[in-house]
Amino acid sequence: MKTIRIQLETLTCPSCINKIEGVLNKQTGVDEAKVMFNSSKVKITYNEEETNPEEISAIIEKLGYPVLS
Amino acid sequence: MAALAVYLLTPGSLAQDIILIVAAILAGVPIAIKAFQALRMKAFSIDLLVTIAVVGAMIIGEYTEAAVVSFLFLFGHYLEGRTLQRTRASLKLLMDMAPLEATILKNGERITIPAEEVQIGDHVIVQPGGRIPVDGKVITGQSLINQAAITGESVPVNKTKGDQVFSSTVSDNGYLEILAEKVGDDTTFAKIIELVEEAQETKAKTQKFMERFAAYYTPGIIILSVIVGLITLNVHLALTFLVIACPGALVISVPVSIVAGIGNGAKNGILIKGGDKMENLAKVNTLVFDKTGTLTKGKPEVTDIKAYGISADELLQLTAEVEVTSEHHLDKTIVKKAEEKGLKLVHNPSDVEIMKGHGLRAMLNGQQIYVGNKSGAEKLGIAIDIEANEYMLQQQKNGNTSVFIARDKEVIGIISIADQVREEAPATMNQLRNAGIGDLMMLTGDNELVAQKVAYQLGIDKVYAELLPEHKVSKVTELKTSGRNVAMIGDGINDAPAIATADVGIAMGGTGTDVTMETADIILMSDKLDKLPYAIKLAKATIRNMKQNTYFALITVALLLVGVLTDKIHLASGMLIHEISVILVILNAVRLVGFPKYQVWFKWLNFNAKKRKEHTETQLTV
Repeated sequence: MKTIRIQLETLTCPSCINKIEGVLNKQTGVDEAKVMFNSSKVKITYNEEETNPEEISAIIEKLGYPVLS
Repeated sequence: MAALAVYLLTPGSLAQDIILIVAAILAGVPIAIKAFQALRMKAFSIDLLVTIAVVGAMIIGEYTEAAVVSFLFLFGHYLEGRTLQRTRASLKLLMDMAPLEATILKNGERITIPAEEVQIGDHVIVQPGGRIPVDGKVITGQSLINQAAITGESVPVNKTKGDQVFSSTVSDNGYLEILAEKVGDDTTFAKIIELVEEAQETKAKTQKFMERFAAYYTPGIIILSVIVGLITLNVHLALTFLVIACPGALVISVPVSIVAGIGNGAKNGILIKGGDKMENLAKVNTLVFDKTGTLTKGKPEVTDIKAYGISADELLQLTAEVEVTSEHHLDKTIVKKAEEKGLKLVHNPSDVEIMKGHGLRAMLNGQQIYVGNKSGAEKLGIAIDIEANEYMLQQQKNGNTSVFIARDKEVIGIISIADQVREEAPATMNQLRNAGIGDLMMLTGDNELVAQKVAYQLGIDKVYAELLPEHKVSKVTELKTSGRNVAMIGDGINDAPAIATADVGIAMGGTGTDVTMETADIILMSDKLDKLPYAIKLAKATIRNMKQNTYFALITVALLLVGVLTDKIHLASGMLIHEISVILVILNAVRLVGFPKYQVWFKWLNFNAKKRKEHTETQLTV
């Protein structure tokens, strides 16, 4: 299990939280995803054998949220 | 913009319809794309509702409404983003203080590397004006350091060889060489940032309520929209419902206030670990202090020397010579005082005998010297005359501990020692009363007389003395069950259990240990009391702000619903009111970033405090 923090562009609408968390939590390999709305970050605990940060970032980008780092 | 202008000008023609359709499409497409992206990932979003409303409006020929709704939605979001950033400004400001580069000594050469690449054990060089990139100890050099990034205190502190320095603090005027002890994410500064970020996400009780409300509100309105549409066959009305279903102001009203409040605290060296802690702190009416190290300096000092038959310096010198080997803290205080006065300790004691609970006895220069308390002196048959006894009683009444010094069987002096009250403590107590704290109490393991003295000096209402740590915990529990909202403040290490028990645990001097950072709800980073009133006032201001926002959001929702049902509010005006309410809520929270400026309620509280003070004074005279 590993934990990463992904910095997104400033989040404005709180409903994004449910969207991002909901989708990420359904992914295989993601143990827990938590959106830190106020710092516009996503904290993700994942299993490094099943997924990787690039894959997770790609999913977030697909949802329409540009990943900064 | 064009759409808005056309909307205001009104007259309808084909050309205008075309402009409006183009505008609606231009503004609507980005929203539709977002909605589609979410939909593809099987996620529901507000964008979808707005897209349906805009498309629906175009189908029924309401081009103006369609254009204005999509424009307002986009423009509103842009403004929200901009203003939201301002509520986060404090933390951003703090994060900008993070060091970027470090100069280290490697094989005698200076190299500059990114701050996060410094290794533990590296020798880091900091030039005057430079930012310290690691937590560590000063090896050489001396400098005045501005520790504002950590403590919120901008008065520089002098640091020299052996002193602890912190990452992100600024060296004002001197050259420093530092041994790196904590680097990267392990530094105190990095921990503060992480803690504050996590704290901002911790939900206040009110926030949980609002989110539960919103969770029913949005689907409820959508269902209502469908039902209304089916029954009345009024598509326009159904679409209006969709537009106001977005819970924007409801969901955002509480977190914006909390974020602004927590950020303001962090910038001022006060870490508040979440919205719920903020709520609790604002409700506190009883503040319980630990005495030693919190109200007092925690460092005993010699307050008076009374010598009989010899000079004060001779007495101090002789006492220090006897006590130089002792580990007892009172003895150490006396030795330190002698050293401060520049007295040379020449004679070595022999036959040192520790009398447990009393003091010690030793041979010095062929004479028997006793240093200790009264009961020990009596045990040895040393005569204490009335004068010495009176003096001792007087000293004890003033909160001092008296140490007798006897040569052979004769008392030659009394040295008084006391743990001095912190300089900022009396003013802080007054400010706390101003901030609306009803009762100030003190818990201490120290003896009753000393405790009473400190309490009297500071105007503390109630003292519980001679307590063991576990008794402190049960006292706090007792106060809690008596219906008080109790905050306990201590230095974090020995008071940890009591701090954890209180409704709000406050630790002082957070730079000390990780334990402190973990047990407490509120951490005052500087080792000073004077941030405490600020913290309480900030919490109250934040909670007030949050309540204003909550009521405002709820009233807006109610007005929108009534307005739509009575046919007063339509698509465009619904969206306009919605966006304005969101931005007003955010702007209200932005006021907190500038706290204590832009607040209007201090006078009222001062009035309350005055009444309270008179009350305590009469209590004391009775």
